[in-house]
Amino acid sequence: MSGSAPTREVARRVFATEFNDAGYTFTESDDERAPVYALLPTGESSNRVFFVGTLTEKEDVGDDSEYWRGRIVDPTGTFFVYAGQYQPEAASKLRDLEPPAYVAVVGKPRTYETDDGTVRVSVRPESITEVDAATRDRWVAETARRTVERVAAFDDEGNEYARMAREEYDLDPQTYKAAALSALEDLDESDDELAGDGSADGDPPSDDATSDETDPAGAPEP
Amino acid sequence: MSELRQEAEAIAEQFSDHTDVDPDDVEERLATLVDEYRVPLDEASRSVTNSYLEDAGMERDELGRGGSEEVLVNDIDEDEQWVDLRVKLVDLWEPRSDSISQVGLLGDESGTIKFVAFETSDLPELTEGQAYELSNVVTDEYEGSYSVKLNRTTGITEIDEAIEVGDDADTVEGALVDIQSGSGLIKRCPEDDCTRVLQNGRCSEHGQVEGEFDLRIKGVLDDGETVTEVIFDREATEDLTGMTLEEAKDMAMDALDTTVVAEEMGEDVLGRYYRVTGPTFGRYVLVDEMEDPGTVDVESALIEARSI
Repeated sequence: MSGSAPTREVARRVFATEFNDAGYTFTESDDERAPVYALLPTGESSNRVFFVGTLTEKEDVGDDSEYWRGRIVDPTGTFFVYAGQYQPEAASKLRDLEPPAYVAVVGKPRTYETDDGTVRVSVRPESITEVDAATRDRWVAETARRTVERVAAFDDEGNEYARMAREEYDLDPQTYKAAALSALEDLDESDDELAGDGSADGDPPSDDATSDETDPAGAPEP
Repeated sequence: MSELRQEAEAIAEQFSDHTDVDPDDVEERLATLVDEYRVPLDEASRSVTNSYLEDAGMERDELGRGGSEEVLVNDIDEDEQWVDLRVKLVDLWEPRSDSISQVGLLGDESGTIKFVAFETSDLPELTEGQAYELSNVVTDEYEGSYSVKLNRTTGITEIDEAIEVGDDADTVEGALVDIQSGSGLIKRCPEDDCTRVLQNGRCSEHGQVEGEFDLRIKGVLDDGETVTEVIFDREATEDLTGMTLEEAKDMAMDALDTTVVAEEMGEDVLGRYYRVTGPTFGRYVLVDEMEDPGTVDVESALIEARSI
């Protein structure tokens, strides 16, 4: 409990469509152990993320040892989560879970360059837990809000990460705002249909988002 | 009135209880330092004050802070301010050092604040539950938490008045993103007044002891903007997880391992949203009350998001 503990990195709220575009990484110092940040295209640094979605598929893609890949779908796209021997709890969780299931994931962004030079962004989980639909809905609402806030601050003077995003990406932050609002609108409609029944299990929120997402060319090195 | 004149009168005022100091004289001395020698005003003021102290044979902490301000404890947000308080002594703690005569918690309607009195100040002992007017106490800051120090010049007056101590609890909401080590089924030192958590059966104060089982969760709530460390004590942990101390002991016994308890608790609480309320101690919010924020109001979330 010595007071000099380094400050913990906040877990950013970001939808899959934006997260998967966050292929540029950087550090804030030359220290070998300096934390690595993924640059969100809406202009924010991200060393950790928290998201809730539907686990739709899981597969052991490891050769010698177990290496689990999970596809976790939110209203905008798919997060890819990889857990191996160095994430034993998350790996055993992926082994045990039966898709479809709502899961909450805390994890670190990882990037991986495929043979053709495409940068894939995935998540190395710190924890995976099964949650309910109410938690998923709260996350969608919260993430929509945080996304819209980041877009609103994108042109602020002194927004260093927005400046970096402008330099590193050719991506319009407004598309993420549109995706965030549409995710919230879908939630609003499904709310009306279910008339308050918050426990509709295992309904992947959106299928079209999964189908246009190609699998990473291979598993990143464990 | 010039800045110099203001400072001069403030300095003269500080000495008013002890010795006659002429503000004109002070102003002249300040002016020499500031105008001729280009000394910054605060440094000049310090130096002039010291020379008067020397003339009068006084120590710096005997100085009154001429008319220090009466404040509420929750309004204290600056280090090294001289203030007056009307407070009730809420709680006395065991001093951890011989140089401390009394340490504990003072409260007024705005909340509570830690206080320390030192042996060297030779102050009368304060009594728990009694209300006091305290004049000339100095504020102190450590890692964002404020406390007050009593000193030799502190005036202590018992007052016959019921002081309602306010609730300075913080409310934080967010997703529980981590359970830190030292959570779940833990053992505490059984020595009197020692509740330290044992590390491998050892207390950092009393060495190898037969510990007493307890439950707690040290967790992290994260709302996407800030992280807050929170501590659930046994009652709050049982409330949060639905697991009692007895069940936790049984579980650890079956597994021959206490760490299974924190793991099992993690399954139930990680990745969920909570709203907790309680007082802040150092880095931690101690959870008094916990609620599940429930179903999100999508419609108002949508209206809000569109308005940003």
